[in-house]
Amino acid sequence: MPDAAHAPAGAPAHPALAHHFDSLEQQREASTLGMWLFLVTEIMFFGGFFLAYLVYRTRYQEAFFAASHHLDITAGAINTVVLIGSSLTMALAVWASQVSRRKLIVVFLLATMVLGGVFLGIKAYEYGHKFEDHLVPGRDFRWEGPHARQVEIFYSLYFGMTGLHAVHMIVGIGVLAALLRPSWKGRYTAEYNTPVENVGLYWHFVDIVWIFLFPLLYLIGLHAR
Amino acid sequence: MSEQAHSRRPYVLVFAALMVLTALTYWVATLDLGPLNDVVALGIAVTKAVLVILVFMHVRHSTRMTKLTIAAGFVWLGIMLALTLADYLTRGLIGVPGK
Repeated sequence: MPDAAHAPAGAPAHPALAHHFDSLEQQREASTLGMWLFLVTEIMFFGGFFLAYLVYRTRYQEAFFAASHHLDITAGAINTVVLIGSSLTMALAVWASQVSRRKLIVVFLLATMVLGGVFLGIKAYEYGHKFEDHLVPGRDFRWEGPHARQVEIFYSLYFGMTGLHAVHMIVGIGVLAALLRPSWKGRYTAEYNTPVENVGLYWHFVDIVWIFLFPLLYLIGLHAR
Repeated sequence: MSEQAHSRRPYVLVFAALMVLTALTYWVATLDLGPLNDVVALGIAVTKAVLVILVFMHVRHSTRMTKLTIAAGFVWLGIMLALTLADYLTRGLIGVPGK
C-alpha cells in the first residue's frame, strides 16, 4: 500500500514498484546496474575463449588461415546481417515499450525471435557441413594438408565459441518468448518496461559477441584465398 | 533519458552504420595488409561494439554508476588479455642461462 516513502501523498504507487525502492526511477536504475553486472560476468566468460583464441592464433597463424578457408563466408556474412537486424528490431521493441504501444512491442519481439531463429538455422546448416567434411574435432577429424593438429585446435575454438554463442541465442529466444504474453496484456508501458529493456541488453550483448567472432573466425587470411 | 529515448532515428542510423562497417570489414579482409589486417578488423569490431553499447543499449543515457561498472568490466578483460599475451608473446625473446 502506498505510504509517504513511496509516492507523493494521494498518488497510489505503481503496481510494478517493489516496496524496497523509493521510486520507479530508482528501481529502473538499480535493474540496469544489476543487468550490467551480469553482462560483465558474461564478458569475462566469453573473454576466456577470446584469450585462448589469441594465444593459439599468434602461435599457429598459418594453420588458422588454412582452417578458416573452410568456413562458409557467405553464411557467416548473412548471419551477421541477420543478427544486427535482430538487434534493430530488439531496440525498436524497447522503444515501443517506452511509448506504451503494446501491439508494436509484440510485433518487434516476434520479429527479433524470427531473425534469431534464422540465425540458428543457418548455423545448423553450417555445422552440418562441418560434420560431413570431417572438420569436427575428435575421432572423425580428417585434414589432408599440413598442421592437422593445429587446424583441429582452430575448429575446437570455432565450435566452442560459436556453440556458446548459439546457446546464448537459444536462451535469448526463450526469454523473448516469455515477454510476449505480458507485453500483449499491456504490462509494459512508458512508466515500467524494465523486463523488455533488460532482455534487450542481453540480446545486444550476444550481438556484440558475434561482431567479434565473424572477423576473427571467418575473415582471417581471406586475402590469401 | 526521457525525450531522446522516444525517437527511432538513432536506432535506424546505427543499424545503417553497422551494415556499412560490416561491408568495410569484409572488404579490408580481402587486402593483404600483413599484421595490420588484424588491427583494422579489431578496430572496426570495437567501433561497432561501441555503437551498439552507446545507442542500442542506451548507455549514453545511463547513470555514471552504470558507466563505471561497464568500464571496469572492460578494464579487467584488458588486464586478462594483456598480461597473458605479455607472457606468451615474449617467450623465447631473451635467452635463459642454463636452458
